[in-house]
Amino acid sequence: MQNKPRLFAVLIKTILLFVLFNFVFIFTHNIPFGKLSLYNVIFPGRERFPFGETRESYNLSLFDLDAMFASHILAGTTKTSDEYRVFLIGDSSVWGTLLTSEQTLAGQLNANPVSACGKTVHAYNLGYPTISLTKDLMILDQAKEYQPDMVVWLTTLEAFPKDKQFESPIVANNAERIRDLIFKYELNASTKDPVLNYLSKPEQTFVSQRRAVADLIRLQIYGALWASTGVDQIYPEDYERAQTDLQVSADFHAITNLSEELAIDVLDAGMHAVPVPTILVNEPMLISNGLNSDVRYNFFYPRWAYDAYRQQIAELATAQNWHYLDLWDLMPASEFTNSAIHLTPSGEMLLANQIAIAIQTICDK
Amino acid sequence: MGLTQIATSILTALLVGALTRGMFRIYFLLALSVLAIYWFQPVVPLRSFDFWIPALSLALVILTWSITSQAGVWRSRPNFIGLSIIIALVTLIDLSRYILPDPILTATTPPQFIQYFLFAIVGGAMILLFSRFSQKWTLPVAIVLLITILLILKSPILSLQASIFFRTLAHRPIENASALDLRWLGFSYIAFRLIHVLRDKQMGRLPELTLPEFATYVVFFPSLSAGPIDRAERFASDLKKDFALTQDETLLAGQRIIVGLFKKFVVADALALMALNDMLATQVRTTGWMWIHLYAYAFQIYFDFSGYTDIAIGIARLVGIKLPENFLSPYTKPNLTQFWNNWHMTLTQWFRAYFFNPFNRWIRGYKTIPAWMMILVGQLATMLLIGLWHGVTLNFILWGAWHGLGLFLQNRWSDFVKTRINISNPRLQATMQLGGILLTFHFVALGWVFFALSDPSISWQVLMKLFGLSS
Repeated sequence: MQNKPRLFAVLIKTILLFVLFNFVFIFTHNIPFGKLSLYNVIFPGRERFPFGETRESYNLSLFDLDAMFASHILAGTTKTSDEYRVFLIGDSSVWGTLLTSEQTLAGQLNANPVSACGKTVHAYNLGYPTISLTKDLMILDQAKEYQPDMVVWLTTLEAFPKDKQFESPIVANNAERIRDLIFKYELNASTKDPVLNYLSKPEQTFVSQRRAVADLIRLQIYGALWASTGVDQIYPEDYERAQTDLQVSADFHAITNLSEELAIDVLDAGMHAVPVPTILVNEPMLISNGLNSDVRYNFFYPRWAYDAYRQQIAELATAQNWHYLDLWDLMPASEFTNSAIHLTPSGEMLLANQIAIAIQTICDK
Repeated sequence: MGLTQIATSILTALLVGALTRGMFRIYFLLALSVLAIYWFQPVVPLRSFDFWIPALSLALVILTWSITSQAGVWRSRPNFIGLSIIIALVTLIDLSRYILPDPILTATTPPQFIQYFLFAIVGGAMILLFSRFSQKWTLPVAIVLLITILLILKSPILSLQASIFFRTLAHRPIENASALDLRWLGFSYIAFRLIHVLRDKQMGRLPELTLPEFATYVVFFPSLSAGPIDRAERFASDLKKDFALTQDETLLAGQRIIVGLFKKFVVADALALMALNDMLATQVRTTGWMWIHLYAYAFQIYFDFSGYTDIAIGIARLVGIKLPENFLSPYTKPNLTQFWNNWHMTLTQWFRAYFFNPFNRWIRGYKTIPAWMMILVGQLATMLLIGLWHGVTLNFILWGAWHGLGLFLQNRWSDFVKTRINISNPRLQATMQLGGILLTFHFVALGWVFFALSDPSISWQVLMKLFGLSS
């Protein structure tokens, strides 16, 4: 006769299994599950990192860098002998807010590929829409295993303030990686920064990590939608244009002495992170001519701070013999979309031409 | 129902099942259902409507019970207690606006007591007055009333007009009026339970039910938002049984709830991310992917609905109610008739009992109409009504017509095959069976295109794409 299950026994076993599962899950903390991906196997890899806040974009922001790379087309592309592999690092202007993959800087470079060092340039979009040099360094450090021939790092003053370095959610949620970067590149930041706290054991259980697990699964499901539609963000028909009438304030992150408050050490680490030529680009920005534009260039920057920053970086680049492109005033105001750093497709094309020339010039040298 | 509401329902059902007996169980279930109807009601942009809508549901329940019951039954003890429970709880919910800083059961602050008091007095008087008339008149009038409300709620144009009307009445701006303003939780099910009772009373088939039994049947909290549509006499017989929650019952109920939770919150919600919808329909680039999104929709709607049903059946089981099954592997059926016998079964049975069979009996009276025409009209009319039950819009009409025609064609094909082809080879039989399952599933899946998409022109484009006939 079959034994009937008893309610009490079922409850006890359920609780025990639940506790055991959570306990075992703690030990999987260092296993890079994110590397297991349906992208580049069943679904095509993404042209840019997953990032998005709404379901309609078939995209999501997650903090698992392994999963982000595994979903990227880069992870599924074998480098050919003819390929000159260029990584584009930066913020939302590189990632391509409001732009389709083809309209982004990488898309424009690949649409009309140029030759460099006797090979065909293929650009990969490794931009991510938050502004922080540390975030860029973290991505760069992970990207170097994918055999780049050159790195083009587009950045802007907003990425530099020391107090902004850990503000990006992807940085704050990758404390372990950031601590490693601090050790590896001898950065000035403290590994004891409260943002970089170690996860306690309870925080490593499945219950605490369920969001991360769910995000990983959702990323795979969105792969089907990416494959099916090619859509990875929402393109509104109408949006608010970048601000040109500005506040009178000349403040910049409550900084008074700019040269002491910028994370130059992170920039220096990034410039040496990959043993290939790296071009530092001071990215184009909107120079407004509206209200108070004599005090500020745009929403982000008062004139005094930005001018001082440009001078400092130019001097540093010369001193360090870096490949440096200062393209801050390349674009007319009409080439910006919803932010002082987001470009229109034609603006991206203009920028792509400049970058292509720089890549070729460095190769020729 | 969200997870919090489901968890609360499970816990309260466990307590009621374990601790209450006899009439107390019925009173507790009635009280819980009254509270649930308020708690589950989603917020609506019209002031205090999240209080008035459940109040109207309860008023309709009392009205229907009073006109289907014998005169003077008010005075019996269970009915008096049942009415007291309903009035006391609704009054308490309203008075909570004076006691609690924030509403706990309703989404927004309940109306002022004087407004509620007037509503109760006027509503009570109207119910008393209405129940004094002959059932010959009151029963059909009540059915027409319920169908009219259902029509208003299901028709976007009428819903919008109703919203404008209420906004004008409340001196609110009408620019923000929307067809979604009058979201009446579970009214489709409440109305069909009430119409079933009213029709059975007309036919002389309805047994006498007490108010607590009747009201609990109509607004029973596990099946309030997504069915199934039980029959009153069956439900009441479960209520009257002496029930004590046993270990076996708890385990069986628990199993069913867990299966339901998995179906709904894991499988269906994951599939929902990639199921066909209005936006996706215009974005998909290839035929293959369009089929995948359609399959995702077909399985999402099944797991979502059958998951909720499992949860409802499981929770009801904890309090001794064996709700009827609503889904029995419908996608594995070899023809459309069997599909409809196993998909949303209680709705199909309802339509069969209260429309299809009476309609067929009526149409058979016309001897000049050929048999095939009778079948076509009967199937088409029934499926169109099922479509309209989901919403009075063109896409649901097309969905109903698709199934009506499908059922007719299948009926003709079955007749044709029965008299001409005799398949004795077991392998051929199995192949035919498998072919039937695949064909039926794909017919149903293609029908979902009309159901899932609000604009029939987009549905047409999707169908074209599915067959590679558009770029």
